[in-house]
This record gives sequence, C-alpha cells and structure tokens, in this order.
Amino acid sequence: MEFNSLIDALPALLEGLQVTLKLMVMAVMGGIVIGTMLALFRLSNNRILSLSASVYVGYFRSIPLLLVISWFYFLVPMIIEWMTGKPEPVGPFISSLVAFTMFEAAYYCEILRAGIQSIPKGQVSAAYALGMNYRQTMRLVILPQAFRKMAPLLLQQSIILFQDTALVYAVGLMDFLNTARSRGDITGELPLFLLSAGAVYFVISFTASRVVMHLQKKLAIAQAH
Amino acid sequence: MIEIKNVSKWYGSFQVLKDCSTHVSKGEVVVVCGPSGSGKSTLIKCVNGLEAIQQGEILVNTTKVNDPKTNLPKLRSHVGMVFQHFELFPHLSITDNLCLAQVEVLGRGKEEAREKGLALLDRVGLKAHADKFPGQLSGGQQQRVAIARALAMGPYCMLFDEPTSALDPEMINEVLDVMVELAQEGMTMMVVTHEMGFARKVANRVIFMDQGQIIEDTTKEEFFGSPRSERAQQFLSKILHHCN
Repeated sequence: MEFNSLIDALPALLEGLQVTLKLMVMAVMGGIVIGTMLALFRLSNNRILSLSASVYVGYFRSIPLLLVISWFYFLVPMIIEWMTGKPEPVGPFISSLVAFTMFEAAYYCEILRAGIQSIPKGQVSAAYALGMNYRQTMRLVILPQAFRKMAPLLLQQSIILFQDTALVYAVGLMDFLNTARSRGDITGELPLFLLSAGAVYFVISFTASRVVMHLQKKLAIAQAH
Repeated sequence: MIEIKNVSKWYGSFQVLKDCSTHVSKGEVVVVCGPSGSGKSTLIKCVNGLEAIQQGEILVNTTKVNDPKTNLPKLRSHVGMVFQHFELFPHLSITDNLCLAQVEVLGRGKEEAREKGLALLDRVGLKAHADKFPGQLSGGQQQRVAIARALAMGPYCMLFDEPTSALDPEMINEVLDVMVELAQEGMTMMVVTHEMGFARKVANRVIFMDQGQIIEDTTKEEFFGSPRSERAQQFLSKILHHCN
C-alpha cells in the first residue's frame, strides 16, 4: 500500500533527480572553469588581479551558501534587466546554477592553487626554455599535472556540492529532495519518502567517495614510481 | 653567438653576478665551473632570459635578450637548455615530451614532429623507450631524453645547467658521451659542470667563477696547465682530487 505511492511518484522523483544531477554537473564544470581562472589570477604577478581574486575567494568562503542562493534568486533577474533593459524571469534553476557556480568556484580555486603550487618550478622553466609562452606553459604543462594531483580533492568537493544542492528548496526549485518532500506531503507518507530520498543520496555519495578513495590509492602508487 | 657584456644581477640587495663579461663563438664549447653559490647557474639562466639581469647586456645571435621588445619565447625556441633535474613533463609519454614544443611552438605537423623526435631518441640510444613515461626511466635515461627534446627544436646553441650533478655516478658517463658527441659535431655549447674530464676532452675554453665574478676565462690548455688565480687552483685541486 505504502510502496504503491512511492511507485506512483517515481516519474516525478526521477525528474527531480535529473534536476539535482543537472545542477550539480553544470555547477561543477562552471565552478572548475572559473576556479581555475581565479587560481591563475591569485598566483599572477599582477597585484590587482591577485588581490581581487583573493578578495572574491575570501568573501565567498565566509558567507553561508543558503544566503548566496537566495541572493542570486533576486539578483540575477535584476542584473539581466539592468543589462537588457527589460525584465526577464529566469526561474530558480538558472539563478541556483549561477549561485552554486560562483560559490563553488571559490573552493575549487583554493584546491587548484595548491595544485599549481605543488608543481616544481623547474617545470615552468623547462616549458619556457622550449619557447612556450605563459598560456601554453599553463595549459600544456602545469594545469594537466595540477588537475591530476588534485583530482581526489576536486571530486570530494563535488560530492559536497551534490549534497548541498538540496538547499535549493529555499528558492522553490523542484530538485530531488524537494520533490520527495512534496510528494510525501500529498500522500501523507512523508517519513517513507524522506527515508527513501536519504537512501538515494547515500548510495550516490558513498559510491562516489569510494571512487575517490580508489583514485587516491592509485595516484599514491603512481607518484611512488 | 652568445655575447655577455658587463652583466650584473641582484637578488634584493645581494649581488649574485658582478660585472660578468664573456662570449661563446659559433661551434665553441665553453665550460663554466666554480664552487656552489658562485653564480654560474644564474649566469647561464640569464642567457635565455629565464633570469632577468639588472645591468649590462646579453646578445644571442645578435638578438638582445634583456630588451623588453625581444620576443623571448621565439628566442628560447632556438636555444636548447638542459637542466640539472631533467624536467621532463611527467604526465606525457617520452614521444609526447619530444613532440609537444615542436608542434605547439614551432607549428610542425604531428607526423613530422614524431619522426624528428624518434630519430633523436634513437640517436641518444633510447628508441625502445618511446612509449614509456619519464617516471619509468632512470635518471641518466631521462637526461638523455631531455637532451633529445632540446635538440628536436633545431637549436643553434645549447645550454647545459649542471646536467650530471643529480645523477648517480654510474649514469654520468652515458650523458657525457652524448654531450661529447654533440660537441664533436660542432654544436655551440655553454656547459655549467664540475666534470673536468668532459672539459679536458671537448672544451675550447674554461670559465671559472667565484662569488659572482668571472675569475678565469682562458683556453682549456691554459686552465689545466697553469691556473692563474689561487682560488681556481684550490678548486681544481679539490675537484681533481675527487676524480682520482
């Protein structure tokens, strides 16, 4: 009887899960791209670049994610209106995506900065000595090594992001958890729905963190060679 | 080929190079030696602009290295450099190490770069290792690959920054053999090293540095025959003593 309601709700739940996963994947990709740029800015010799990047990172790491999500919900339509001159309702998905991307970029930045700094200076000299410019040196020599070294930490941060996506209930986005909650409310079987949702989050996060552990071991062996 | 004129360099208030002047002519092999901290590595890194100088002038093939208008990447692509710690790119296979700059910097086609790279790899006796990664090779083998990587760019001169000092003794000769061969083929070379056997065999001139200054700059015959400065004499006797 109880499980029937769960099965009935399955299409809606899958749709919610899709929203959650889409949000996570896009925010991870955007966050890593912006985080990489921030890291390069922070390590740059240009004072203005490095200072503004470190202010950005310091700021976003010092405020709650929930606040950023709510903010961008109001801010993103305002910015778009200011730029295009006409009001444009963007909806909670886009505003949440922007919020997560900007927020996580600060964390990815710090991971990548540590990664870049862990690559011996001689690698930069060697790339320069072969005639590469700064961009080529970073793109072809330093960043590939930094990403490899930091892969476990980047994945770990992405798992945290996956769990944090549940915070979008604040702006009414129907992600996986929000769907489960509303369906539970409608059918009067909220505990069952929440427990099931918990199981799904657990399986995904736990599997991913096992992958991270496996990766870490493999990297440790590769570095010992 | 390489002109170093009255070069001085400071790290903060500490002067690492004091009014250094010398030159390397086309086809010449010049060995730079001296105790650690004498500035010899710094000097050679100034030649391709990896280190900036504050005074004086360095010309490579009539191009002024310390001119803001100089296209340094372009200049460096024709000046080979070999480092103490090899600095092969660990995330790339040996073949990719040899091809990367050829393709990205010189704009050669992949096939052409590969052919050229493998031919040079064969020349340093490592063709069988083309598909391995740097971490799978010994230090001596890595350094030979590093030499091949520099040669693949078709350099008009080669700089060596203590190419054998991070190697286990049994691997030093395999690297020196490659360098000797290169010298005998007429490559212009500036070599920072303590390997006096190498200097005796192929050097045209020997430069001795101490405390940021060039103390001696003479022909090999004169250097090993009758060193003029006492400091060089002391240094030589220590080095040669170790060699025995």
